[in-house]
Amino acid sequence: MTITELILMSVNTMLVSNIVFARFLGICPYLGVSRKVETASGMGMAVVFVMTLSAAISWVIQETILRPMKLEFLQTIIFILVIAALVQFVEFFMKKSMPSLYRALGIYLPLITTNCTILYVALYVVQFKFTFVSMLIYSIATGAGYLLAIVIFASIRERIETADIPEAFKGLPIALVTAALIGMAFMGFAGLVKG
Amino acid sequence: MAESKESLKEVLIAGLWSSNPVFGLLLGTCPTLAVSSSMMDGFGMGVAATFVLIMSNVFISILRKIIPDKMRIPCFIVVIASFVTIVDLCMKAYTPALSKSLGLFIPLIVVNCIILGRAEGYAYKKGILPSLVDGFSMGIGFTLALMAMAFFRESLGNGTLFNVPIFGSKYVPMLGMILPPGAFLTMGGLMALTVFINKKMARK
Repeated sequence: MTITELILMSVNTMLVSNIVFARFLGICPYLGVSRKVETASGMGMAVVFVMTLSAAISWVIQETILRPMKLEFLQTIIFILVIAALVQFVEFFMKKSMPSLYRALGIYLPLITTNCTILYVALYVVQFKFTFVSMLIYSIATGAGYLLAIVIFASIRERIETADIPEAFKGLPIALVTAALIGMAFMGFAGLVKG
Repeated sequence: MAESKESLKEVLIAGLWSSNPVFGLLLGTCPTLAVSSSMMDGFGMGVAATFVLIMSNVFISILRKIIPDKMRIPCFIVVIASFVTIVDLCMKAYTPALSKSLGLFIPLIVVNCIILGRAEGYAYKKGILPSLVDGFSMGIGFTLALMAMAFFRESLGNGTLFNVPIFGSKYVPMLGMILPPGAFLTMGGLMALTVFINKKMARK
């Protein structure tokens, strides 16, 4: 892949086929921790970090162990174990060496294990036989797209808190309608890459 | 294990309405949004998830005395991932078209929070029979939620239900309902409706 192709791909994964609005992944934490911009950006950051690491490790396992030994059917089990172990490990490591970042991420770190974006990216890069570099770029761009989506969403939700809305729509329903509107706005990016 | 018939019935009803996994507990929202663009996909996904839910609930309930407390989450995930792999391979073999349209969402059942949530919150503490009933009712509740979403999205967005045209040839499909924003909008609307009905019932 040339450099231009890589840049195009990262723009594409970040904006056009954004992980939240086009692929519907990671919705649980997206709705759950987006009440405040601070927590939302913490979650987004943790996702970028764990996603890149886990995609890289899964990719290496796939290429060096699973594919040569024809054990591809074990992918799902192995990858989810890698992710769970990695999250634990990152948590220990951060607690010791980066206490400030650890405190900032708080409980969002363990929650990442069940964030489906992580497993999705690990399975996706393997299924479509990405090279190592394009895999790295893809996972960083996906994480960045998630960060962008959740921060925008959280800032709008902070404003909605004080707005006057129909009784039945209070709380999550209005949040989902908001997400629909942001999704529509993101559809405006379609065609950005083709042109 | 000394559960009376009455309470099993309550477990069954809880999954369908009051603590419906999608609209009540807000779990498993990702597949609900993603695979509800047609009735067929929603149904297939629902059945696959129901199977995994029942099997993992039963197994975890059987193993609940052996699994050490501190290691329980990894153990749950291994049990769930095994059943998901079984479903994935079976669907690839017997229903290749459905498997293709659901794509990566089948392996992603592993991280569907409904299943882990029921394992942790129910099956790990209860006997085998109640766990089985709970898995069944949660699965059906999930399937119904998916079908409800798909009903609106497929009929408005494509003019069909189960690929059968319902509005006649002159209907112009609302493409937006099939696209991602439509999914969020439908879910928001349905959720508001649930809140509305619950409030109405509480007032009576």
